[in-house]
Amino acid sequence: MSDFVHSGWGWFVAIATVVSLVFCLVLLIIASRRKVMAADNSTGHVWDEDLKEMNNPLPRWWMWLFVITVVFAAVYLALYPGLPFNTGTERFGGTLRWTSVGQFEAEQEKARAALVPVYAKYAEMTAEQLAQEPVAMGIGQRLYLNNCAQCHGSDGKGSTGFPNLADGDWLGTGTHDYVKTVIVEGRMGVMPPMAAAVGSGEDVKNVAQYVLSLSGSAHDSVAAQLGKEKFAVCAACHGADGKGNPALGAPNLTDKIWLHGWGEQAIVNMITQGKNNAMPAQGRLLTPEQVHVLAAYVLSLSQTTRVAGN
Amino acid sequence: MPRPETTPSAKAPAPAAAASAGVASETVVSMYQAQKKIYARAVSGWFAGWRWALVWATQLVFYGLPWLEWNSRQAVLFDLGARRFYIFGLVLYPQDFIYLTGLLIVAAYSLFLFTAVAGRLWCGYACPQTVYTEIFMWVERKLEGDRAQRMRLDASPWGANKLARKGGKQLVWIAIGLWTGFTFVGYFTPIRDLAVAASTLGFGPWEWFWICFYGFATYGNAGWMREQVCKYMCPYARFQSAMFDKDTLIITYDAERGEPRGPRGKKADPKAAKLGHCVDCNLCVQVCPTGIDIRKGLQYECIGCAACIDVCNGVMERMDYPQGLIRYDTQNGMAQHLNRSQLLRRALRPRVLVYASVLVLILGALGTSLALRSPFKVDVVRDRGALARLVEDGWVENVYRLQLMNTTERVQRYRIRAGGLDGLRTDLGDTVIAVDPAQARWVPVAARVAPEVAAAAGRGSHPIEFTVERLVDTPADAPKSLVEHSTFVVPR
Repeated sequence: MSDFVHSGWGWFVAIATVVSLVFCLVLLIIASRRKVMAADNSTGHVWDEDLKEMNNPLPRWWMWLFVITVVFAAVYLALYPGLPFNTGTERFGGTLRWTSVGQFEAEQEKARAALVPVYAKYAEMTAEQLAQEPVAMGIGQRLYLNNCAQCHGSDGKGSTGFPNLADGDWLGTGTHDYVKTVIVEGRMGVMPPMAAAVGSGEDVKNVAQYVLSLSGSAHDSVAAQLGKEKFAVCAACHGADGKGNPALGAPNLTDKIWLHGWGEQAIVNMITQGKNNAMPAQGRLLTPEQVHVLAAYVLSLSQTTRVAGN
Repeated sequence: MPRPETTPSAKAPAPAAAASAGVASETVVSMYQAQKKIYARAVSGWFAGWRWALVWATQLVFYGLPWLEWNSRQAVLFDLGARRFYIFGLVLYPQDFIYLTGLLIVAAYSLFLFTAVAGRLWCGYACPQTVYTEIFMWVERKLEGDRAQRMRLDASPWGANKLARKGGKQLVWIAIGLWTGFTFVGYFTPIRDLAVAASTLGFGPWEWFWICFYGFATYGNAGWMREQVCKYMCPYARFQSAMFDKDTLIITYDAERGEPRGPRGKKADPKAAKLGHCVDCNLCVQVCPTGIDIRKGLQYECIGCAACIDVCNGVMERMDYPQGLIRYDTQNGMAQHLNRSQLLRRALRPRVLVYASVLVLILGALGTSLALRSPFKVDVVRDRGALARLVEDGWVENVYRLQLMNTTERVQRYRIRAGGLDGLRTDLGDTVIAVDPAQARWVPVAARVAPEVAAAAGRGSHPIEFTVERLVDTPADAPKSLVEHSTFVVPR
């Protein structure tokens, strides 16, 4: 703020605050006496012929309450940032040096410290062991619902563009460490636009038909045959057999998992336009211990596949 | 409606007289007044007995309740951290705050009803301010003696005796205050743990704050502020007049019978001496905890404690006069000399009947609602990241989270079904979901329909419902299921 506002305003606010406080006290003192009629203890004000305002003084302790609020204000302004005048280069921030950021960080620190014993016993466990711990899985589920479900869905099955975490199919190795790394560091999925390398628009469609044929999906077999040759361009990442390459994060094209949509048009779009898909890094939001439990929960989603009921 | 008399107005001269007195009679006074200390005299009698009965009843409940055990936990515990509120067999969730609303409405209408019938009954007998003041004044009497002795003690110079009596009183007051604060916190933190912490003074910071704050408030209000609270702080004291009418029982002095007041011998015949029944002993003023003279009529300071009735009846008895010179009566009753049965008939006036019927209605609704309370609750939350997704074979899937809340103290098991669209099915199937006692659990549910159903339903959102069935695990369980509505989206 001090970058934008002239320091004179800080002095203005500080002085106005102090003057108001002093004014309140002075007002209390100079207005503490009133005239009354000696005869009947009324103020001498009469309305509607016989309605008199009587002198009903306030109890004195009430006045002291007012003084206490002024004293409180003075103490508060000394302790907390309320008088924003500049001392040299720095703005006066109260003798306690309190800031909302500082309080937030202190609370976070405290919460983290309180969580240490909760996670301590899970730190040494493997994902398989954690899957057998109902309490750990409960913690994992809550972490998942709060941090992951917005994109990957409450059931972990994702949607177009957001990978299904419950199908056992991973773009990487799918180990506990891999999932932890992706949670902490995030992940970029890059498919470059390949249309120029593949050839004409017709060639691109043929390649799309070939890709459909790899997974045994409905396709035009003539076009697929024509596209097979051009698929060599794709094989660099997806492999000659189209089974992908976990080391590169290149998806398997021979299964029926279509992260970015199924059908010729979706595949053509992917080839011509490419795709940059980002999973944001969560390392700043979660402690390593939390990530450990959360990753185990994510892995458990694909280990306990539920069957659709009839 | 009675207009509270402005104090301290004696019979004021006519305004014309005041005006003619002119500027010369003006004086300058302080806007603030040091309050005169009130030395209320001890009183015993029928109504004082009732007040003590209510002191015992309310305080046995307040101090005793947190120590009761129920199902091997504290019977009444408001666990703010876990957001669970235990009241004997009831486990309330924050979602049940409507019951608190109901309770407050019941409290408000009880207050309206009692006040319309018999004035400030609450103030005089059951209000914590009255109850704690009664306890604190009892301590004061035990250590400093009754009114005259206290006045003498205050006037006397400081010495060992005065110091011991005053200091002792303060110590006992502070102890009662702290115990009250401790008990109050014991409703929110298990009191037995709190007692263990007390032995090492190992309270948490908020526990310290509330014990001291509540303790200080008790000590300050009942020890020092007393009638000041009723006169200057309490809002109820100020809006009570809205519930008063001329048929409301108030504590009132029978001026017709009492005046002209004056002292006389016990043998003297008041008629011969041209005196009323008031012997002007001033005892009614001495016992008054707010320091008013009831003989001036209804005043806003009167908290309806009936101490003046008790003390005056004693005097009447000694004088061999009939009791009730000061009594509960109505303004109409006084003016029209109504007898008891006439007063009773007038008590059943529309205002009272309306208050009573609303009270009965709310009590009935509250009781019914508690009795028919579901042993579990369900909330459905749609996933908002993706409204719908297409899955294998063109099926359309929507994802929901169901929060299952067990409001009993036994493990409950549930089965979840979806309906509302043809062949709508969930990925849960027949899975049985168990939820621990008084716990809540999120259950992600994916519901899907076949492509032809989605096509027939059309694009957009369609109402569906989830039926959660609580499985019957013990013979005590009645079959119970809840239906929660939601929507199913077929994508465009």
